[in-house]
Amino acid sequence: MSAAKANSLRSGPDERGRFGIFGGRFVAETLMPLVLDLEKAYSDAKADPAFQAEIDFMQRDYVGRPSPLYLAERLTEHFDGAKIYLKRDELNHTGSHKINNCLGQILLARRMGKTRIIAETGAGQHGVATATVCARFGLPCVIYMGTTDIERQKPNVFRMKLLGAEVIPVTSGTGTLKDAMNEALRDWVTNVESTYYLIGTVAGPHPYPAMVRDFQSIIGQETRQQMMEREGRLPDSVVACIGGGSNAMGLFHPFLDEPSVKIYGVEAAGRGLETGEHCASLKGGTPGVLHGNRTYLLQDDDGQIKDGHSISAGLDYPGIGPEHAWLHESGRAEYVSATDREALDAFQLCSRLEGIIPALEPAHALAFVSKIAPTLPKDHLMVMNMCGRGDKDVFAVADHLGVTL
Amino acid sequence: MTTRLEKRFAKLKAEGRAAFVTFITAGDPDAETSFGVLKGLPSAGADVIELGMPFTDPMADGPAIQASSQRALRSGATMLKTLDLVHRFREGDNETPIVLMGYYNPIYHMGVETFLTRACEAGVDGLIVVDLPPEEDDELCVPALKAGLNFIRLATPTTDDKRLPAVLANTSGFVYYVSITGITGSASPEARNVAESVARIKRHTSLPVAVGFGIKTPEQAADIARAADGAVVGSAIVDAIAREIDTDGAVKSGAAERVLTFVRSLADGVHHARAAAAE
Repeated sequence: MSAAKANSLRSGPDERGRFGIFGGRFVAETLMPLVLDLEKAYSDAKADPAFQAEIDFMQRDYVGRPSPLYLAERLTEHFDGAKIYLKRDELNHTGSHKINNCLGQILLARRMGKTRIIAETGAGQHGVATATVCARFGLPCVIYMGTTDIERQKPNVFRMKLLGAEVIPVTSGTGTLKDAMNEALRDWVTNVESTYYLIGTVAGPHPYPAMVRDFQSIIGQETRQQMMEREGRLPDSVVACIGGGSNAMGLFHPFLDEPSVKIYGVEAAGRGLETGEHCASLKGGTPGVLHGNRTYLLQDDDGQIKDGHSISAGLDYPGIGPEHAWLHESGRAEYVSATDREALDAFQLCSRLEGIIPALEPAHALAFVSKIAPTLPKDHLMVMNMCGRGDKDVFAVADHLGVTL
Repeated sequence: MTTRLEKRFAKLKAEGRAAFVTFITAGDPDAETSFGVLKGLPSAGADVIELGMPFTDPMADGPAIQASSQRALRSGATMLKTLDLVHRFREGDNETPIVLMGYYNPIYHMGVETFLTRACEAGVDGLIVVDLPPEEDDELCVPALKAGLNFIRLATPTTDDKRLPAVLANTSGFVYYVSITGITGSASPEARNVAESVARIKRHTSLPVAVGFGIKTPEQAADIARAADGAVVGSAIVDAIAREIDTDGAVKSGAAERVLTFVRSLADGVHHARAAAAE
């Protein structure tokens, strides 16, 4: 892989944790020394070959990496255009890409001598992945989850409890992901000495957006290598869904300096961008400051944060990682959206044609693929990140399709 | 230029007593009740007023102040209405300092320059913005100081001696010492630890040091007032406001008066603290 060049798009963030104007460290003073400690600890760990070796070992033997790059022949045939490859991160242990990041951060927390792990979760995938690594390394784990999300993601709540985590219902606000994140921050500010906050996406104060991206970049690095082996060249486009944007950032980052590779991020358009009931922070939001960073947010005329809506709890966040905000403004990546309805259609299509039941999150990415692939030539190589499997969603999907189980 | 805050702390120092600093959320539970409480605070003994700018996601606040923000927003509070409350207050009181306290996003959304112009016009004296550490000083702190406002910074138990100078560098008016690691309205601090911490901060600055987080009773307020230049009470007052709301959501008649009676009891604790200690 080419090293980051002087004018590289891969060199961010700057020393203040900024990607252009986005990112930063907008946290209370109590947390500021912790955030600075974390930055130092991560920087030291990154420079330590033993740390990387430990991650590599666990990624292979515990997570099951590398995940395959799979040529989806029947989808390709169906769309009759671009050649569709799926990066199979849904085959990871715990069923999504979330474990990539959790593994890196739990090893860092151990290095820092932290004895208690907290995390927020929306759909529960990050909560399950966090509870999993905490069980593996014997650390107590507290997961904050909104009451609305607990109701719609019961199987994941039970999984977390089986794994030994304590799940704390968050009733403040509207009981969704942003409220869970507020509550996790309140815990962290109270338990500063012992506690490591394991953030699940490429958001939060610096260094989280860069660190989570680094841990997720294994997705793009593998894709690059696998595509070279398979086709002898880079892909022409890469596509991923975006809530906070960690799976997308992980896929995109190793390709940022390759201008021939088109980059598409797919936001959740919910009931349609025009209805206002969506989670498309870039297409339907404006810049603001929340949860430690400046980025695009869903907010009203007074700067109050609005609740998003999506059929997918994992995309239901009113912000987006600051690096995506920067890639959006610079034009390097193109951000598009897919509605609940389109995602449901793609969910069923993928199940029937490929025998892969996708999570509702990557079903949004596939919905976009289904629009663009037919317009592209047959030698166009397109990679979509299948970032999670759909087992968790079958009840919700049945409900939406009017099927009683 | 001497600000109302600087004048007030100088006057209190001359009188040999600590400042009683009160916090309420603007527009809680509605604009009129909130104004009734606000305008009565000085005669109930408040020396400095912190007025919360409501925000949907108050990450550093406990349940009491979270709920107050929600009540205010439900009744239609906005940044413009918060500034209007200050403006109306100033028509009857040109001496009591008002510090706006809250989070950065509503300010950023209005635009920093616009916000500062409007805040100065309304008669605001200072700002406390929880999620703007010194690392982000160029965002609001430096422009606010240029506009003639005080920028009051929080110092916390995690702010060690190495970091204190950076935290104090652009701080003006007073230093707000957060006596515990935690959210507003949680555990109460030990007066002895507070005295040590205040002494530590005073080795680095000549600014007055006010102490807050977790002060709930007149006795605790008095303890803090003996150890610091000011005692801040927020959640306890906000809880008193919450008690004025019926089960059906209506505000009881005479709400502001009863809240102010409670404020007066806290003020008495602070104001007599040192006199009692001297006897």
